[in-house]
Formats: sequence, structure tokens, C-alpha cells
Amino acid sequence: MAYTEDDLEKELATKEYKYGFYTDIESETFPNGLNEDVVRAISLKKGEPEWMTDWRIEAFRYWQTMEEPEWANVHYAKPDFQNISYYSAPSKKPKYDNLDEVDPELLDTFKRLGISLDEQKKLAGVAVDVVMDSVSVTTTFKKTLAEKGIIFCSISEAIKEHPELVKKYIGSVVPQKDNFYAALNSAVFSDGSFCYIPKGVRCPMELSTYFRINQAGTGQFERTLVVADAGSYVSYLEGCTAPSRDENQLHAAVVELIALDDAEIKYSTVQNWYPGNDQGKGGVYNFVTKRGLCEKNAKISWTQVETGSAVTWKYPSCILKGDNSIGEFYSIAVTNNFQQADTGTKMIHLGKNTKSTIISKGISAGQSQNSYRGLVQINSRADNARNFSQCDSLLMGNKCGAHTFPYIEAKNKTARVEHEATTSKIGEDQIFYCNQRGIDTEKAIALIVNGFSKEVLNKLPMEFAVEAQKLLEISLEGSVG
Amino acid sequence: MLEIKNLNAGIEDKDILKGIDLKVKAGEVHAIMGPNGSGKSTLSSVVAGKEEYEVTGGDILFENESILELDAEERAHKGIFLSFQYPVEIPGVSVTNFIKTAINETRKAKGLKDMPASDMLKMIREKSELLEIDRKFLSRSLNEGFSGGEKKRNEIFQMAMLEPKLAILDETDSGLDIDALRIVSNGVNKLRSKDNAVIVITHYQRLLEYIVPDFVHVLVDGKIVKSGGKELALELEEKGYDWVKAELTA
Ligand SMILES: Nc1ncnc2c1ncn2[C@@H]1O[C@H](COP(=O)(O)OP(=O)(O)OP(=O)(O)O)[C@@H](O)[C@H]1O
Ligand SMILES: [Mg+2]
Repeated sequence: MAYTEDDLEKELATKEYKYGFYTDIESETFPNGLNEDVVRAISLKKGEPEWMTDWRIEAFRYWQTMEEPEWANVHYAKPDFQNISYYSAPSKKPKYDNLDEVDPELLDTFKRLGISLDEQKKLAGVAVDVVMDSVSVTTTFKKTLAEKGIIFCSISEAIKEHPELVKKYIGSVVPQKDNFYAALNSAVFSDGSFCYIPKGVRCPMELSTYFRINQAGTGQFERTLVVADAGSYVSYLEGCTAPSRDENQLHAAVVELIALDDAEIKYSTVQNWYPGNDQGKGGVYNFVTKRGLCEKNAKISWTQVETGSAVTWKYPSCILKGDNSIGEFYSIAVTNNFQQADTGTKMIHLGKNTKSTIISKGISAGQSQNSYRGLVQINSRADNARNFSQCDSLLMGNKCGAHTFPYIEAKNKTARVEHEATTSKIGEDQIFYCNQRGIDTEKAIALIVNGFSKEVLNKLPMEFAVEAQKLLEISLEGSVG
Repeated sequence: MLEIKNLNAGIEDKDILKGIDLKVKAGEVHAIMGPNGSGKSTLSSVVAGKEEYEVTGGDILFENESILELDAEERAHKGIFLSFQYPVEIPGVSVTNFIKTAINETRKAKGLKDMPASDMLKMIREKSELLEIDRKFLSRSLNEGFSGGEKKRNEIFQMAMLEPKLAILDETDSGLDIDALRIVSNGVNKLRSKDNAVIVITHYQRLLEYIVPDFVHVLVDGKIVKSGGKELALELEEKGYDWVKAELTA
């Protein structure tokens, strides 16, 4: 049957999670529950130095005094933090130099994802650090990076091998007590990635990490720290997908970026966690704190394609501390069925001549709710600060919602802040036009959505853009044929 | 090629097409004229398979098979093309990307592989030259910000790329300046052959000086009330539709 709005709705509702599977890699898992002993045990398990243990305990004590925030435009059953296991690691955890040594089950997992390591290796210049259930199991291209003095490893390894760097920067952008989820993450983070680019070095390849959640009932608390020293450049890719299951899974990651004078960090994310089924059951809760700090003339770009999770709470932000620094935020957020996303950014202008750009594209289908929440703050010292924000929403059907909450606080008269917002709907006429040219409804929707998202897709590194485009199609794919 | 038999169609409770009969053979050009709101665009939409309209009676045969049960894209795959009276905008999708997708989806439906990029480029070059289209134009978003005439020219460009068996041109001439009208008509004429057919819907005799029809039909209130040769168009231009209507009631 050709397209009607009802068909479209039906088709979107019946979309199933394509990447649903579960990998049973032998794991060692802590019993459920959280207290100071658990925090100490995590630290011990990871062989951490005392300063790190103390830092975690401090965070944990803050966390106990804090309350889960409720201001976001999302509604969900609060997780029971005592009913979560805070540590889970694959029992075989050697580092591989070679794909042949990797657990075949893991390789198979990646094959089913369509992002096999084989394939990834072929993608020229992509180094992959896979975080599987909290512990890195494979790291590639390390040697090439080492020659340039670039450090790219798990955060646990960095704590042991490069304590001076970690100690200096961890918590410097997202302090332990920043917010409820950040405090929790600081107390119990199990692993994550660390990256350091030395002065003046241009990282020769895209650094890529695939995160996955893999144990039933295991919260995932990743910690990422990227430091770009003066005049350096790095492009960092983060991509995720998780097994399909019925149980809510909590994810509370923290990502900190530090761009020192004249440095540039591009941070791209494709997020595709299990969004729950078409009844709104299950799915990942994704409460992420991502923030970057720009020193003089530095630049940080966040690009994200968010298609998964039942509930997303995420505001990649930039603190434009140094004069002439630049912050950018490019985002595509897709929600379908009963998904809820409250996402956006904060641009904090502290330095003079600082510039920020926000391009947000929200696509809502089914009965989902998609909110953009952005803060542009221009402080009194930030002469000639500039911001341009554009928030576009695309709606499919009549049951979903798109909301825009732009907050502007300008304390400097020379500031110039521009905000544009549009809302549109995929029209029957557009679909018929495509159909008439031989393009079926499913493909037509993909085409229209890709067109709508183009400004953001263009910001992704090539190979990632292709994957993201595929993901958009899958997220909105139905059973019409 | 196309045979429309006693076609009745409408929307909700409103009958728009009230018993249309039309036979178009390969190699022929038919013109359909008629007053505003008489059902010309509705007829082309129904032939192209727009679901919004309900067919309440009659049949449409394409190459001797009923196409009533086919989706719009399946009809397109069979070689039916409609140049829209009001082409729609698709922001962010370039003309090139759109036509590439259209061609490859049509090929896929026929069990063929994607057209090799080099062939595609060659074809784009040829057809854009034929229609005197600046290639920079092809990287713009489909119909977004196009002038009326540019939209129509772009429709014919797509037709040239898709090489349909049956092309229905719904008021392709309106909005075209004199030069564009000549260029577009030349384009259409170059694509004519003994194996394909064209239906032109127009209000103006001038287009028919360029694309010379074998038959002219007059559609009034959902019915074809008069058919004739190309001279009928001249007569209409001279006497207006009241003449036909008067003849009807006489
Ligand atoms: N989707 C629709 N909903 C309601 N009425 C419609 C719809 N489509 C067509 N009609 C009506 O059907 C009649 C025929 O419309 P149609 O567009 O086919 O006319 P036309 O002959 O193409 O006119 P024009 O020369 O102005 O292009 C008109 O009265 C129109 O208002
Ligand atoms: Mg019309």
C-alpha cells in the first residue's frame, strides 16, 4: 500500500531493534548494591593508587547527599541504585595485537553489528579501542600513535601509567559534585578511554572507541578524558550499540575534553542503544555529562547522532575560557515509539571574541518526545562573543512531540546571539513525489530524513557519516514494502 | 499502451472524475485541455497511483494489464512518469542525489545492479546539456528556492533521466519563459519515439505548436466531452470552453 499518515505511524511502530543480541562472554560480576566498600573494591580490583581511591570516595560521599534531577522533560521509573551491579569484567582480559587472538564470540558480535573489526581495520587510519563491559579488550594501531607520542589507552591503564596527567585533568572540567550522575560516575566508573595528544601534534588518524553494554542489570559508567596539548589536533569517534533486552539499563558516562591553547578537538558520537520495544518497555537510560574546556584560540566541536536509548539526558557543552576560542555543537536526535530525549548543549562564553555555533536537528516519530534544551551564557568579560543557534524539528505522525527550550543569558552588551527554530512535518505530497519517481515509502523517508540532517551528517568524518546514515535509516525503518 | 475505461474517482464524498475513457498508443502524443478544476491533475494523479483518490469505478490498463492495485512506485517502475503541476521541495536532498536514488531504486525493482557512477555522470551530463541546465543547479536541494520555471525544467530533466514509456506532463509549460518553453519542448521531442507516449496537459495552444499532438481532448467536469485532432486546440483558443459546453447542452 502506498503512503498515508496512518501507515507511516504503523510502520514506525513496528520497527524492531535491528541489533538485538546478547553475547555471553564469561564475566566476573559484583553482587548488586552500592556503598563505600563497593567503591573501594572497584578501585582495588583495578589496582588503583590511593589518590584515585580517595577521589572516588569523595565523589561517593557527595553523591549520597544529592538528589536525582527532575527538571528535564523526561518521565521514567527511577533506577534503584542498590539493585545494580557496579563492576563486571570479562574474565579473559589480555590485550591483543592481532585480531586472530580476539575472542571469536566478540568478533562475531561485531560482525552482526555490521562493524566487524575486519571491516574497521580496512577503513584507513582508524584505530579502535573497544570497551566491552567496562574493560578494554583490544587496542589497535597503538604503535603508530606511540611514535607521535600520542597516548590512547583505557583510563585504568592511564591511571597506572600516566598518573600525573590523569591526576591533573580528571575532574577539572566535570568536577565530582557537578551533578548527580557525574558524582555517581566519579565514584564507580569502571573504565573508559584516555587520550593525550602532545604539543603541536596532529593525530594522524581518527581515534575510535566502541562502547557496549553487555551484562543484564549492569550499569555502565564510562569515563573518558581527552587532553589536547597546545597546538595539537585530534578527531575522536565514539560509537555504541547494545543488546536487546527487557530490563532497564542505566548508563551514566562522563566525558571531559581539554583543549589547551590553539588546540582542536573534534568529538563525534553515534549512539544506538536499545530504545525499548514498541510498547515502551525496557531500553537504556542514558544520563551523560559531556563537557569541554577551551583555552586560548582553541576549538571544540561536538557532533552527535543519537538514535537509541529509552531516555536520553545529555548536553555536550563547551566552556569557552580562552580568548578567541570556538565551541560547536551539531546534533541529530531521533526518537521513535516511546523514546524520550532531552538533549542540547551549553555554551559558556568567558573569553573575549569567543564564538559558538549550535545546529540541532530533532526527528520525532511514534509517540516519542524530543526536546532541545540549550543554554548560551555570555559572561561580562566576554566582549564580542557570538552565538548562532538553529534548532529544527521534523515530526512524523501526530502523536509525537518536539520541544525547544533555548535559554540565553547575556551579561555583555557587545554580545550577539541569534536563534532560529523551525518545525516541519514529512508531507504526503513529498512521499508521493518520491513514490512517483520509483522510490518506495521507506526509502523516501530515509531520503527526506537524511536531507533534513545533512548539515550535521556533513560534520562527521566520512566513514562515520556512512554508518550514521545507515543508522538513521534503520531507526526509522518500518515494514512497508 | 494506456487504456482508461470508464474511470470514476474522487475524494471522500466528492466525485471528481466521472467516467473517463482514453486510449493512448505507443508513439502518440495526446493533449488534454479543460477549464480550471475540471479534473486534469486528478486524472494524472490517479494514473500515477496517488492513494488519496479513491477509484470508484472503471479500470486503468497499462500495457494491457490493470494497474489499479499497484503502488505508485510500482507504476513508476513500469515506466509511468508524471511531471507535476506543483513539484514539491525536499530540503537537503540534491537533484543529483534524488535522481540517482530514483534510477537505482527503479533498477533494483527490475533486479538490476546500481548504475555505475561513470554511466550516471555521463547521462547527467548529456541530459543536462539537452535541457540547457547549468550543472551547478543539480547540486542544489530539490526544488528548494527554485523559480517556477526552474522547477518545471527540473521535472523534464528527471523525465529525461528516467526515460519513461508514458510521460504525463501536467502544465509543464506554465511558468516557463519563451526560451525555456522552446528548450523544454525540444527536450521532450528528442525523447519521443515510436515506443513511448506523451500526454500533455495544458491551457495554452502555444505549447502544442512545439509538441504537436496527434489528439486533443477536452475535459469538462470530470468527463472528456470532445476529442479531435490538433486543430481542436486552435478552435478552443479562439472560442473558449463555453463553446464546447454550449455544444454539449445543445
Ligand atoms: N485532494 C483534494 N481534496 C479536495 N478536493 C480536491 C482534491 N483534489 C482535487 N480536488 C477538487 O477536484 C477538482 C479537480 O481538481 P484538479 O486539480 O484535478 O483540476 P485541474 O483540472 O487540474 O485544474 P487546473 O487547471 O486549475 O490545474 C477541483 O474542484 C478540486 O478542488
Ligand atoms: Mg491541474
